[in-house]
Amino acid sequence: MADTLAIVLPRVRPRLGRDEWLMGGSLLVLALYLTVTLLIPLVVMLSKSLEDRHGVFVGLSNFVRYFGNPSLTAAIGNSLWVSALATLIVVTLAFGYAYALTRSCIPFKGFFRLLAMVPLLAPSLLSAIALIYLFGNQGALKSWLFGASIYGPIGIVMGSVFWTFPHALIILITALSTADARLYEASESLGASAWRTFTTVTLPGARYGLISATFVTFTLVITDFGVPKVVGGQFNMLATDIYKQVVGQQNFQMGAVVSLILLLPALLAFFVERWAQSKQTSALSSRAVPYQPKPHATRDLALLGLVSLVGILILGILGMAAFASLAKLWPYNLTLTLHHYDFSTADGGSWASYFNSIRMAFYTAVFGSVVVFAGAYLVEKSRVAKALRTATHMLALIPMAVPGMVLGLAYIFFFNAPGNPLQFLYGSMAILVLVSIAHFYTVSHLTALTALKQLDPEFESVSASLRTPFYRTLWRVTTPMCLPAILDIAIYFFINAMTTVSAVVFLYSPATTLASVAVLNMDDAGDTAAAAAMAMLIVVTAGGVRLLHAWLSHWLHQRTQAWRQR
Amino acid sequence: MRISKVFGALLLAGMACAAQAKTELLVYTAVEADELAKFKSAIEADYPDLDIKWVRDSTGIITAKLLAEKANPQADVVWGLAVTSLELLAKEGYFQPYAPKGVDQLDPQYVDTAKPPLWVGQRVWIASLCYNTVEAEKAKLPTPTSWADLTKPEFKGKVVMPNPSSSGTGFLDVSAWLQMWGEDKGWKYMDALHDNIAQYTHSGSKPCKMAAAGEVPVGISFAYRGAQEKSKGAPVEVIAPKEGLGWDLESFAIVKSTQKLEAAKQLADWSVSRKANELYNEGYAVVAMPGIAKPVPNYPEGIAQLMIKNNFEWAATHREAILAEWAKRYDGKSEPKK
Repeated sequence: MADTLAIVLPRVRPRLGRDEWLMGGSLLVLALYLTVTLLIPLVVMLSKSLEDRHGVFVGLSNFVRYFGNPSLTAAIGNSLWVSALATLIVVTLAFGYAYALTRSCIPFKGFFRLLAMVPLLAPSLLSAIALIYLFGNQGALKSWLFGASIYGPIGIVMGSVFWTFPHALIILITALSTADARLYEASESLGASAWRTFTTVTLPGARYGLISATFVTFTLVITDFGVPKVVGGQFNMLATDIYKQVVGQQNFQMGAVVSLILLLPALLAFFVERWAQSKQTSALSSRAVPYQPKPHATRDLALLGLVSLVGILILGILGMAAFASLAKLWPYNLTLTLHHYDFSTADGGSWASYFNSIRMAFYTAVFGSVVVFAGAYLVEKSRVAKALRTATHMLALIPMAVPGMVLGLAYIFFFNAPGNPLQFLYGSMAILVLVSIAHFYTVSHLTALTALKQLDPEFESVSASLRTPFYRTLWRVTTPMCLPAILDIAIYFFINAMTTVSAVVFLYSPATTLASVAVLNMDDAGDTAAAAAMAMLIVVTAGGVRLLHAWLSHWLHQRTQAWRQR
Repeated sequence: MRISKVFGALLLAGMACAAQAKTELLVYTAVEADELAKFKSAIEADYPDLDIKWVRDSTGIITAKLLAEKANPQADVVWGLAVTSLELLAKEGYFQPYAPKGVDQLDPQYVDTAKPPLWVGQRVWIASLCYNTVEAEKAKLPTPTSWADLTKPEFKGKVVMPNPSSSGTGFLDVSAWLQMWGEDKGWKYMDALHDNIAQYTHSGSKPCKMAAAGEVPVGISFAYRGAQEKSKGAPVEVIAPKEGLGWDLESFAIVKSTQKLEAAKQLADWSVSRKANELYNEGYAVVAMPGIAKPVPNYPEGIAQLMIKNNFEWAATHREAILAEWAKRYDGKSEPKK
């Protein structure tokens, strides 16, 4: 079938007609869009690191000043070792958790899987705030730290582990769910011990997943700004240094220098991760037999213990934040009150910020999924301008390697530059939506591509030979078939736009304050209970939207996905 | 059909008029967030044409923002910002001279000496300690009565102070220590204090809120915040160290490039009125109009007498150098020495 198609296709393909012009034109618009909202801002930021405050080119002197200041360079080492330690803990825990979910016969798998995803609904700040209530000087479990202070590396590592855990888990579940049962049978019949089977079959089979999870987690931790900001104390990290330089001292050039330094580990992680991803897909041959775990009492009990422990930690952190937001005057008066949810006297945000966040997340979800899906369609299905398609695909991959703070700073430089015709966007809701779409573009783009690749290219060739315009096929056939994926993209955009701090923290204006930024500012001003309350509002909202999404997907599946069962 | 169109057009026109009648003023301020709503409604009640839009942050952040926007200022009015910062900005030619109606009613020491003045003072905020009595009891700490007490070994890791780069409250402390004791002794004191500091915070009220929550026993903050936390039921005492107290003057000024000068002048006129000063007094013990101030609940006794003789000119000129020196000494260390 595929062979005949390959032979027939070139002959059927018409000359450059209306469709090709339209597709080529759309592709060009998309490439321009990504260039303006991504590439140019980043290039402008690079050039700013070579200028002084007055915009005069000064070569590398900003870098010389940076490396001449030991208090600034100390942050490089701090960021590296803290991120490495957090990554080690997360990947170890997530591997055990994923192993329990995929390779054991523990009960309540569905529940544990759901529970582990809960941190995705919260801004990273939430875990740090909860840690202060748990392990701070008045913390409920202060004695557990044996006199060590939560403010500093300990707190940063603990907080980072909480919020990055589901990210590593998703990757490792995927890696561990594809296993060839024949290898295990062979190992068993050769008399290998369980440990030997684990080290010679299981681990090598999941190696690319492990590499991928390691680098994804490392990038998330080193580029995160919420946790070290809240619980870092006097411990400097690269991400908080950018914020200090830009917001605290309005030294944008030095902010650009630190951004570039933060970009390096993120870039490295990006390439390693891409490499691991490309290996992962070809790991399983077509003759493989899916592995089915058999009950094993001790193993299952130990793994159940592990998932329960992690589950309790997740619930503990979330529960602590919820309680902190309800306690009247921690720690002296613990009567419950909704007083902290009245943000009128808190510093840094209000209910208006919350509604702004919902609007922003909604626009990001709607426009983001339209742009991303149209873009992925053009990249995957159009047969014109191959170079332009490749270039657009490359552009779409960039955001994964760019930390949110760096992107936010790049937006200031580009959109607030005098003479930029797009300057009117500065300080508006639109720029927040633009930066959020750009920030979360890559994962959405890859999701859309995967969905589109599942559809036979024959649809396009048939409709072309029937002289049906491509947009009609797109609208009547491709889009309905991909609706579940589009919905996934929309929810991904929504929840991330709701919880992100890093990209938007430089770009909000008095009229467009956001809930996630309010959490940060409230904590900065010492209104910790109000900050916890706002963070809980975000969790509840994101959770509600997630449930709605689950219900909608289920409904859609029944309505439009009958074709999957032949 | 036609009638509805006409009606619609009228409605639109009416809305446009209503929207035009209000002048939106972008006001940069460092006044505590819990007071801003009160001021906004009071101002707009007296001048219904004004629509006040606050941009609030800590003193250092607002100052840095104003400096960064120098080429293309966004604010119409700067209001309730430390006079040390306003002096600095005035030197950059940031402000429009204007004598608000009734400015002669104010104590002249709180008004810029230029005629007409570039800035006008509103009220004084004063350094204080917030001291958590419950935690002190637990840790068997003596009640500190002086700045020097805070450097004693029993307070190691028990004091939190605002970072002077971001916080105006932090800066007025540093400025006061240097003015009271001179450069050498002042920095020596801060070196000793640094050994006891658990954390430097972003905002000036956070140390007091941390003390109120028992996170640390002592927060170096300001009297208003201490009094507020105490009224809310936190077990804190507001203490005025006996050597003398740093203070700064919350003041306002009109930004030179504003397109809304008339509206800005209205706000300025309101800000020197008797009613405004009475409102200022609700939280602050010392205000610019003499004879207004009534004692504020939970303020330390005799706090006004402990205010140092403050040289704003000196503080403004040396601000940048002081902050650079401070950052060099204390910001770089990843953690306070053990």
